[in-house]
Amino acid sequence: MIDQLYQDIILDHYKHPHGRGLRDPFEGEAHHVNPTCGDEITVRVTSDLSDISYDGVGCSISQASASVLHELLKGRPVPEALRIQEAFLELMQGRGQVEPDEDVLGDGIAFAGVARYPARVKCALLPWMAFKDAAARAGVGVSPEVKA
Amino acid sequence: MTFDVARVRADFPILGREINGHPLVYLDSANTSQKPRQVIDAMRDHQERHNGNVSRSVHTLGTESTTAYEAARAKVAAFIGAATPDEVVFTKNSTEAINLVAWTAADFLSLGPGDEIVVSEMEHHSNLVPWQLLCQRTGATLRWFGVTDEGRLDESQLETLVTERTKLVSIVHMSNILGTINDPARIVARAREVGALVLLDCSQSVPHLPVDVAALGADFIAFTGHKMLGPTGIGVLWGRMALLETMPPFLAGGSTIETVTMGGTTFAPPPARFEGGTPPITEAIGLGAAVDYLTALGMENIHRHEQELTAYALKALADVPGLRIFGPATPEGRGGTVSFEVDGVHPHDVGQILDDLGVEVRVGHHCARPVCTRFGVPAMTRASFYLYTTTDDIDALARGLEHVRRVFA
Repeated sequence: MIDQLYQDIILDHYKHPHGRGLRDPFEGEAHHVNPTCGDEITVRVTSDLSDISYDGVGCSISQASASVLHELLKGRPVPEALRIQEAFLELMQGRGQVEPDEDVLGDGIAFAGVARYPARVKCALLPWMAFKDAAARAGVGVSPEVKA
Repeated sequence: MTFDVARVRADFPILGREINGHPLVYLDSANTSQKPRQVIDAMRDHQERHNGNVSRSVHTLGTESTTAYEAARAKVAAFIGAATPDEVVFTKNSTEAINLVAWTAADFLSLGPGDEIVVSEMEHHSNLVPWQLLCQRTGATLRWFGVTDEGRLDESQLETLVTERTKLVSIVHMSNILGTINDPARIVARAREVGALVLLDCSQSVPHLPVDVAALGADFIAFTGHKMLGPTGIGVLWGRMALLETMPPFLAGGSTIETVTMGGTTFAPPPARFEGGTPPITEAIGLGAAVDYLTALGMENIHRHEQELTAYALKALADVPGLRIFGPATPEGRGGTVSFEVDGVHPHDVGQILDDLGVEVRVGHHCARPVCTRFGVPAMTRASFYLYTTTDDIDALARGLEHVRRVFA
């Protein structure tokens, strides 16, 4: 059962994270903390998602999740990125009952096993929640008229 | 008498459990201890045969409950060498016991700007945050002892830290994260010199070593039942009677009063003054049974058993490649709580893989985040022992850590 949690894809993202490090320019930034374990992450986004950068400390699940987020969402058209985000949230909150779609989630499907460990779902979601806040601060997904 | 750990283990039903297909290896007693059948039975017997409310009934069940509740107080008092049972105030846990002092201190110590409270960098958040809040409310200043690289309390600044401005020093007796056992003698002596009070957070010491409040010389100690074989929901504040008498109620209500009129209230003497509302009666009786159990085995024997385990564990863990132990490296002046990091593997992952092998350890900042910061890590993995722990348990931990290293190789 533990192999479903620590899949090679997750361990690989943990050991060789994609796009790690905070970069400029950015329009929105959010810092999230898991108070029970001390995991931390900062996520920065540009309003067109042409860059998503991050840095943090944490377990393999939270750090690999940040790497997968970067790989999946960076440079995507905004509506598509938000759809992927929704799909990842649905997978993580599905208690292991949701069948992930590899076409949508890519390496994110490796996190299907995490959903069976309630104590670890928060780890996987930490970067995604920080992304959500950073994106809101950058006005991602808000039409230009509303922003003006 | 030799300590018969197999016989002890037979009293703990949960130790027969399997976790993920492996025999349970419980190494999280600093978090909460397991309960012997004697405690479980005492609580069930009370509920099934004697249940009534305390201190207010004339009927037989109420009288039996009151007798049992007060007998538990007397057992706890004898266990820690209190002058009288009335110096033992039952609370919900250590946190509430410390908060009782911290929330009444503004009043009975007349705290204000210029006054100082001294804690240490080694504290559990429960013995840090209430004092931060007290200082915010009163304008008093919070100061603290540092921690040395070896994980000992740094007393080198004692004279400049504890001064005439100090009103209260609140220090942990045994660290929940480093395992360090602090000898409070010098701090107590210095506090006496300057007229400051001393509170010791004994949450980790009372369960594991002989504690005698008269010998410690402190003014207050706090500890909790569930870490010493008792149930959750019951804790203890011990205070010197002369002090308790000067303190106002904390959570006022039924039981705390002497006379009530619509215009005002006078309050009962301690401990009733501090025990507002129906107390955790069954839990207090459970704690009394736990004290009986510990007393029968002898705290000296339990401590010696844990010292042997600690020596064994420090050696076994030192042999795991890439493992760094935080806190004292030898069993002298430390208890059976050992925190460590495995190079390149986050504690959450260490704990998860160990759990898969039935080995239950705590991971995270252990409610002592400043200690993690002090040692430059976001979190630690902690194995903690008790009277039922065996060297086999420690071997299982060491084997599990080898497996952790293989998964993350």
